[in-house]
Amino acid sequence: MNRGRGSGYHGVPRWVYAIAAAGAVFVLLPLAAMAARVNWPQFIPLVTSESSLTALGLSLRTSAASTALCIVFGVPLALVLARSSFPGQRLLRAFVLLPLVLPPVVGGIALLYTFGRQGLLGRSLGAAGIQIAFSTTAVVLAQTFVALPFLVVSLEGALRTAGGRYEAVAATLGARPTTVLRRVTVPLVLPGLASGAVLSFARSLGEFGATLTFAGSLQGVTRTLPLEIYLQRETDADAAVALSLVLVAVAVTVVGLTYRRPGRPGQRSSPAGGAAGGRLDGAR
Amino acid sequence: MQATVGARGFDVGLSLAPGETVAVLGPNGAGKSTLLSVIAGLLRPDSGRAVIDGKVLFDLDGGASVWTAPHHRRTALLAQEPLLFPHLTALENVAFGPRSAGTARKAARESAREWLAAVDAGDLAARRPAELSGGQAQRVAVARALAANPEVLLLDEPMAALDIHAAPLLRRLLKKVLAGRRAIIITHDVLDALMLADRVVILEGGRIAEEGPTRQVLQRPRSRFAAGLAGLNLIPGTITATGIRTAGGLEVAGHQDEDLFPVGSGTPNTGGQPGVAAFPPSAVSVFLSEAHGSPRNSFPVTVTDLEQHGDQIRVRAGGMSADITPAASADLGLAPGMTVYFVIKAAAVAVYPA
Repeated sequence: MNRGRGSGYHGVPRWVYAIAAAGAVFVLLPLAAMAARVNWPQFIPLVTSESSLTALGLSLRTSAASTALCIVFGVPLALVLARSSFPGQRLLRAFVLLPLVLPPVVGGIALLYTFGRQGLLGRSLGAAGIQIAFSTTAVVLAQTFVALPFLVVSLEGALRTAGGRYEAVAATLGARPTTVLRRVTVPLVLPGLASGAVLSFARSLGEFGATLTFAGSLQGVTRTLPLEIYLQRETDADAAVALSLVLVAVAVTVVGLTYRRPGRPGQRSSPAGGAAGGRLDGAR
Repeated sequence: MQATVGARGFDVGLSLAPGETVAVLGPNGAGKSTLLSVIAGLLRPDSGRAVIDGKVLFDLDGGASVWTAPHHRRTALLAQEPLLFPHLTALENVAFGPRSAGTARKAARESAREWLAAVDAGDLAARRPAELSGGQAQRVAVARALAANPEVLLLDEPMAALDIHAAPLLRRLLKKVLAGRRAIIITHDVLDALMLADRVVILEGGRIAEEGPTRQVLQRPRSRFAAGLAGLNLIPGTITATGIRTAGGLEVAGHQDEDLFPVGSGTPNTGGQPGVAAFPPSAVSVFLSEAHGSPRNSFPVTVTDLEQHGDQIRVRAGGMSADITPAASADLGLAPGMTVYFVIKAAAVAVYPA
């Protein structure tokens, strides 16, 4: 990557670098402090204990499921928000994004009064023999609730950047809307969709408040890794720290995968793309 | 087809014969792209009706409005930018239309290969759009539009984004593929109209200012925009026995073009109907003092601009242009703001109804 050192004027004052460095330290120092507290000789046994592995497995399974749900519901939501216009659209966007700023505990309470035993839908579901609260399903729902905005935001941005012009051309070539979606829109925004899905997965993996409120903390059923860490902190600080490090590692991997290749959404980079792109620009 | 779009002040009626190519010209914002969007179904007009070969594209005038979705219209659109799908190879791009129409993958590829060959892009089949130059990409886009087998091909300034080397190549290609095909081409270039179109439509302010066979519109323009394209000076007014009288009372002497007057209206026509006087800038002489002797026109005008035009100097004054040699310009000591006399022989001025 070109870091721009010595290549052109950038106009960032020196003191900005100083404050930026302080900000970076503020984020990195706590992670380093935690890493310093890890009981390395006991690290492997601590993270491979039965309860830890159960929690990690449950976390990965539920996060994968909620990411899938985010894609199923988030893609249509982003399409509707980015491509069409209807009364109340701004309001709908505001409400879809609400979980981003809502305390997760509040989200958990809201879910409880929807799907809980005495909830809005829970009562009819209970009558049909379906119990959702305090089950693995509840974990998935809680995670989906908090993670959905991440997918919608990043996909809507990608859709807006890609614009509707390719879709218009595809339609005049005789492609029905579903074909346009499948063969043009989705491939064009695939990088945006992928980064949205990865962010949703990461948010699901870290979900705590809504899960605890709506799903409780039953080992092997609803006790995901963050809940396990919180529980262990009371009894075995070494285990909590070791598991925290595992979560940090997973998060770093996930973020690294998303931002490994910075590129505008809707644009594929290809080996010859740079050179040919330059030629194309030159021709214009 | 006939359509109005209130919000854009657009009100246009247009018909195309089978196999006819129409060039649409006009200043920016005249509604040229709106016209194509309405035909392609990307923009819904407030009222109007359009039919292709008995198939209704839209009919918003009757009680029950009919609206055919863009993908059922078979009106392929070729824009200024090629807009090739970046994730598909050139071949898959061209095969997109046939595939969407339900053709099997293999047959669609076969047809795509033929269309690529027809636009001299057969060797680009495996490339991705990012690996194509602007001219190559636009050729592939032409093949993609044609492969969809459109009933009307809509071209929105297809040459505008190309460099001066790629544009003539594409123009030749379009001439080949547009022959005998129903098409509407939006352009800023009079050359496109001459080479590609049977008929010219001039849009101004969302309305048709003028239309007719390309040759006639360029030789005998009636709108200021068409006169500019044809490189002619145009003075509107009322037809008199000897020429034109403008709204300002200026008399312009000229000869009447009998072919353009209604048959049996008599020559010379003393009509009094609205008409125009047209003359080329090369027929205008520039003098510092009033020239006498008839039959000539001599108008005092104030010079607004001087510019290089080929090997001549174009003098713009009083809404007219004169082409004189650089030597003559130097002799006269021309500069913006000067008052000079534009002198035109009456024989060089054509007068015909507007």
